[in-house]
Amino acid sequence: MRVFEKTKALTDMPLTYCPGCTHGIIHRLVAEAIDELGVREKTIGIAPVGCAVFAYDFFNMDMMQAAHGRAPAVATGAKRVHPDSVVFTYQGDGDLASIGAAEIMHAAARGERITTIFVNNAIYGMTGGQMAPTTLVGQVTTTSPYGRDEELCGKPIRMSEMLAQLPGAAYIARVSVHDVRHVLEAKKAIRKAFETQIAGEGFAMVEVLSTCPTNWGMTPIESLKWVESDMIPYYPLGVKKGA
Amino acid sequence: MAKMLMKGNEAIAEAAVRAGCRYFFGYPITPQNQIPEYMSKRMPQVGGTFLQAESEVSAINMVYGAAGSGARVMTSSSGPGISLKQEGISYIVGAELPCVIVNIMRGGPGLGSIQPAQSDYYQATRGGGHGDYRIPVLAPSSVPEAVELTIKAFDIADEYRTPVIVLGDGMIGQMMEPVDLPDELTRQLPAKPWAAGGRGAKPDADGADEGRRAIINSLYIDPQVLENHNIKLQGKYSRIAAEQLLFGSEMVEDADIVIVAYGTVARIVRSAIRLARAEGIKAGMIRPITLWPFPEAPIADAAKTARVFLTVEMSAGQMVDDVRLALNGARPSHFYGRTGGMVPAVRDVLDQIRRLAGAGQSPAIKEVLV
Amino acid sequence: METQVLFAGFGGQGVLLMGQLLCKAAMHEDLEVSWMPSYGPEMRGGEANCGVVVADEPIGSPLVTEPDVAVLMNRPSLDKFESTVAPGGALLYNSSLIDRAPKREDIRVVAVPCNEIASELGNARVANMVMLGAYNALTKQRPGGAGSGAVPNWMALRPISLESLVYALRATLGKEKERLIPINQKAMEAGARCV
Repeated sequence: MRVFEKTKALTDMPLTYCPGCTHGIIHRLVAEAIDELGVREKTIGIAPVGCAVFAYDFFNMDMMQAAHGRAPAVATGAKRVHPDSVVFTYQGDGDLASIGAAEIMHAAARGERITTIFVNNAIYGMTGGQMAPTTLVGQVTTTSPYGRDEELCGKPIRMSEMLAQLPGAAYIARVSVHDVRHVLEAKKAIRKAFETQIAGEGFAMVEVLSTCPTNWGMTPIESLKWVESDMIPYYPLGVKKGA
Repeated sequence: MAKMLMKGNEAIAEAAVRAGCRYFFGYPITPQNQIPEYMSKRMPQVGGTFLQAESEVSAINMVYGAAGSGARVMTSSSGPGISLKQEGISYIVGAELPCVIVNIMRGGPGLGSIQPAQSDYYQATRGGGHGDYRIPVLAPSSVPEAVELTIKAFDIADEYRTPVIVLGDGMIGQMMEPVDLPDELTRQLPAKPWAAGGRGAKPDADGADEGRRAIINSLYIDPQVLENHNIKLQGKYSRIAAEQLLFGSEMVEDADIVIVAYGTVARIVRSAIRLARAEGIKAGMIRPITLWPFPEAPIADAAKTARVFLTVEMSAGQMVDDVRLALNGARPSHFYGRTGGMVPAVRDVLDQIRRLAGAGQSPAIKEVLV
Repeated sequence: METQVLFAGFGGQGVLLMGQLLCKAAMHEDLEVSWMPSYGPEMRGGEANCGVVVADEPIGSPLVTEPDVAVLMNRPSLDKFESTVAPGGALLYNSSLIDRAPKREDIRVVAVPCNEIASELGNARVANMVMLGAYNALTKQRPGGAGSGAVPNWMALRPISLESLVYALRATLGKEKERLIPINQKAMEAGARCV
């Protein structure tokens, strides 16, 4: 009886993410979708700068590591050279919603046939828990020690809703991985985002609400609960664009 | 084939096409706009892709993606845009990707002007972005030479897996001269087994392909591994310096005064030297064609016979530092430059030569006696 | 031996084209050429000029700062460039649009009513070709008469034939606009008669 099988699309390299962080789940979902679609050997993944900077060690396929925020531009270059390949970016909220806001907007606007996995954990993880453009109002981080002040830096950006406005975006969804039911839904959305690219329909993105127990200062369980109690109300789940 | 009268910018673009460049990512900025404009028309005709990026930053990262995917790819800009591209260029160097970057220089700093300048010499020859690196820099002084060097740039880029800069100025970009365009390259371009996505299906049995997948990366978190990577890069630069040096030498053998100038300024100097020779002044010129690697040895050799050196630039004095290093105190080194988009006139250069020959007086804006 | 020519006027007067045609005609006669435009932020209506060097040896500086011949199509160009003409040089000016005579006495000055001639020919747009014809005729004049002593640079280089200019025109206009060649040629011939 086969109980569990490692996906081919992940290497044997042990993940370096913190205990309780949901990056591992998201990696697994992406890898499963790629394997199920049978496209691993023609997939090019683009790793960001952020916690997933080492993604090129974990995804077992051709990988490029991009400068901070530039993954959609790098993906554009790769996709234009190999239009039959499957190209995805894997980016965090600082990378995608802050320093790389222009790149993701224009990749979506062009209807770039790429898939973006946007991991939103409302904080800069790798650099030690600074405020992100997605940090919730009142949320304490190392650069918002009194809680995010709306007067000082506005409200968090809802990237999925924003990108869904662009005609070039074919599929945009926000999902969460804080419990099994949501993980299964996230899996479906990620697969759909790759199918959208393969069908040549346009830009596809799945925003995955993720946890950062280390920088949130919570236990893994508390983190999962916080996604449900605090993040989802501000970042409503669902398909924002496309079927 | 009959020669064609072509603008420098367009000639560079067509030369790239004939060198097999099929991907161009750029952003509008004067005085290089004819390069992206020409590419936008030409790329679809040859089955290539032209994409106007949302920013210079995106353009250079698209170049990273395309170069990492094995393509011959180019971008072009001018000073302010090249500054924005520096992040991407550093990554391209780190990941050892081949590409060609054209800088049609304009006056700076800041937004500066759109008139010709050579004030990006340091930026081009010292790396430009963060980290320890050099980039081969080719500096044409005529439109036909721009064609020749653009094609060469792609070959150097592929051979050493490095970005190569073609460094022109507004004059070379905007002027027209007759060019003899070579036929489209028919030879096989170098294989790029390291590139991503180009190889189709790979062996898939139980991780047997592990290690064979392409990883395009500039991150080496372990200091020892990164030092090894740097040592490898430096070795590459030593090879480039030994193998790719280009310079021109005009009437240097019997010269009393040797002028060092590159790009369009070398044209102005050439005219001044002719006039000086007509007056009986023995002037000659060393013209660096590769700015990095720099022709140090030829300058040192010339110092054995020439009495004095004069560097002329459209800058406040950048290449003159390399001339001084090459001379190493052997001979006096003088400088004459114009900045901000002002172009030295033949007459002004002639005055400087006369002055060094011991006749007439004319103040230089900056003069350094070693 | 080389000749430096400056063409200047308003953007839209075809001054850049005049320079390019001269280059292409000279190339057709195996001479060396360079063409260097001024380039500014204005798109239309601003000043336009280009410097052309024609030579029988490789060209040094492509910059024309002291033209042997200045070809000036409007008043601002005359005001700006009259003083730059090399001593002993020549200046052709569009007397249809320029309401003052040049002041220089050490150069050859030729008035060409470009727009009037073009209108008489029935096509106001060939004013630049009238001027190009006048320029070409000027270069065909040999020393003697007014000049004394040294041959000015604009005379020293062998002149380019009208046929080569028509060749250049044909190459530039292409098949689609070939029907415009006769009127342009007529304009050049009319301009030549002004010299």
